[in-house]
Amino acid sequence: MSSSAEKYEYLEHTADAKFKAYGATLEEAFENAALAMMNVMIDTDTVKNTQSEIVELMSSDMDALLFEWLSELLFVFEVENMVFNGFDIEYIKQESDDFHLVAKLMGEPIDLSVHKFGTEVKAATYNDMSIQETESGWTVQATVDT
Amino acid sequence: MTQENERQIHNSLIRINDNTWELPTDYKQGMKVPGRIFLSKSLIEALEPDAIDQVANVAFLPGIQKYSMAMPDAHVGYGFSIGGVAAFDKDTGVISPGGVGFDINCGVRLIRSDLMATDVRPMIPELLDALFEAIPTGVGSKSRVRVTDDELDGIFTDGVQWAVENGYGTIADMEHCESQGRISGADPSKVSIKARKRGRPQVGTLGSGNHFLEVQYVDKIYDEKAAEAFGLKEGQVTFMIHCGSRGAGHQICTDHLQAISKASKKYKISLPDKQLACAPAKSPEAQDYFKAMACAANYAWVNRHVIMHWSREVFEEFFADQFGDLGLDLVYDVAHNVAKLEEHTVDGEKKELYVHRKGATRAFPPGHHDLPEDYRKTGQPVIIPGSMGTASYVLCGTEAAMDISFGSACHGAGRVMSRSHAKRELNGEEVQKDLGSRGIFVKAQQPSMIAEEAPDVYKSSSEVVNVVHELGIARKVARLLPMGVIKG
Repeated sequence: MSSSAEKYEYLEHTADAKFKAYGATLEEAFENAALAMMNVMIDTDTVKNTQSEIVELMSSDMDALLFEWLSELLFVFEVENMVFNGFDIEYIKQESDDFHLVAKLMGEPIDLSVHKFGTEVKAATYNDMSIQETESGWTVQATVDT
Repeated sequence: MTQENERQIHNSLIRINDNTWELPTDYKQGMKVPGRIFLSKSLIEALEPDAIDQVANVAFLPGIQKYSMAMPDAHVGYGFSIGGVAAFDKDTGVISPGGVGFDINCGVRLIRSDLMATDVRPMIPELLDALFEAIPTGVGSKSRVRVTDDELDGIFTDGVQWAVENGYGTIADMEHCESQGRISGADPSKVSIKARKRGRPQVGTLGSGNHFLEVQYVDKIYDEKAAEAFGLKEGQVTFMIHCGSRGAGHQICTDHLQAISKASKKYKISLPDKQLACAPAKSPEAQDYFKAMACAANYAWVNRHVIMHWSREVFEEFFADQFGDLGLDLVYDVAHNVAKLEEHTVDGEKKELYVHRKGATRAFPPGHHDLPEDYRKTGQPVIIPGSMGTASYVLCGTEAAMDISFGSACHGAGRVMSRSHAKRELNGEEVQKDLGSRGIFVKAQQPSMIAEEAPDVYKSSSEVVNVVHELGIARKVARLLPMGVIKG
């Protein structure tokens, strides 16, 4: 996948940002959802991947895992003062009743002279959230509060 | 949604009077009460069908009283519509984080002055530069102060009282905040480490999005008596601060939404939309959320209070030498996104209810015990910010609001164009230039922000306020026009 159009697309929503993200695997669809959310705030092409951060999450169902994943990115962004362009999800798997995700985030510290911010994403939401397996892979849909 | 569906949704609304529309319970199986949408004929035509559907969904929740309501600035949100008001019985009802939103106690405060517009207008560009310098704005902005963990506990627990005790503002300021700038029962032990981490560096920051600080002047007085009580007169300069609880509030909602979602399943509450997750009001899950939400609400009041304090310093630096005492008194501070335990009369019976206001303003009547002494006769000031470049209004609460809308009114203009649409259609620099040619200066971190928040993306604030006024749930007192705005 090369262009952003194949990775995700934005849908109309009056107050917030809503998008669909695609992937050959569930992991890739989650990665592209992260990219879609990050691009609401900033053009990620301006972000160099000089640093990385490991994220490990656990949730009770798949929707909750997507919610946690997007929420965690916002948390790390704000607290570590970093922007991200690379999302490498090592795996998403179910162990007994829990869903696990391990990922590496790649990016750099915020530099306001380089990174031009648009809308601030306040939070992930469950609004109209969906995670679907399709003929060509996976599609996830999410709405973030802006 | 097809056009046919959209028409059907609109056709389900029954006209009660010029500004009231009912969504009957047979619209959707599972609605416990009807919906009530307060809109004029022209505004209702512009209302998105999804927003109407969201009003219906809220009516599913256990213990809901009278109606699921939407104010005239209603538009589609997540879970609840923006502009939504719903009250739930303290014992048999629920508490829902979605009915408050992520930006807990996003709200607005208005500060008056003895300055006149003619004195201030020539200085606006320099004044905006200085305000922009003094108040951190924009995505991820960090404050000049970094509070300690003990201080954060004080902020979460005591709200504006903490601020006053720590040298920000006065006791009089505290009395001019809704609930004296503090929701009681806040418990910092219900706030996660993550939320604390986000909260510590952000006390006194404006943030981004639709948040702003605006320098204005009083353009018109509708009610002389109330205006006098609020300290407002024609031609006078005011400033308005619109922001919320920043990252701390967003994280508190995020954390508790997860816990409440699990609780919805545990208590077998069937939800038409996952974002409406809720728990029985008496359950530990709901009470834990409420105690954490109160922390975020108190944090937001302190945030606006500290920003006001720094803004006063800037005004004094500019004008005190020439004009002496500037009379920079807080008129009032109202919350837009909050749930509160309040007493209301339902079918002749006094009840304690958790009133959820998501993009709605409390509008208490004259004589209410929560009002400060000096506003007891007029009713609560209801402050309605306009969109960038358009009029803001001061109204006052009425007895009718207690009957019609659980003591609530609208909160703003209400969005009609999405951010992405705005960015495609509008150019930030052109919007900025156009506003400048009308004598309104805008200073923002990014020009794209100006496009996203341009006047054209909102409903007319005047139209929204007129509906509220005609319904009688709040009465117009004064109109304020902008001179300069700083944004994230």
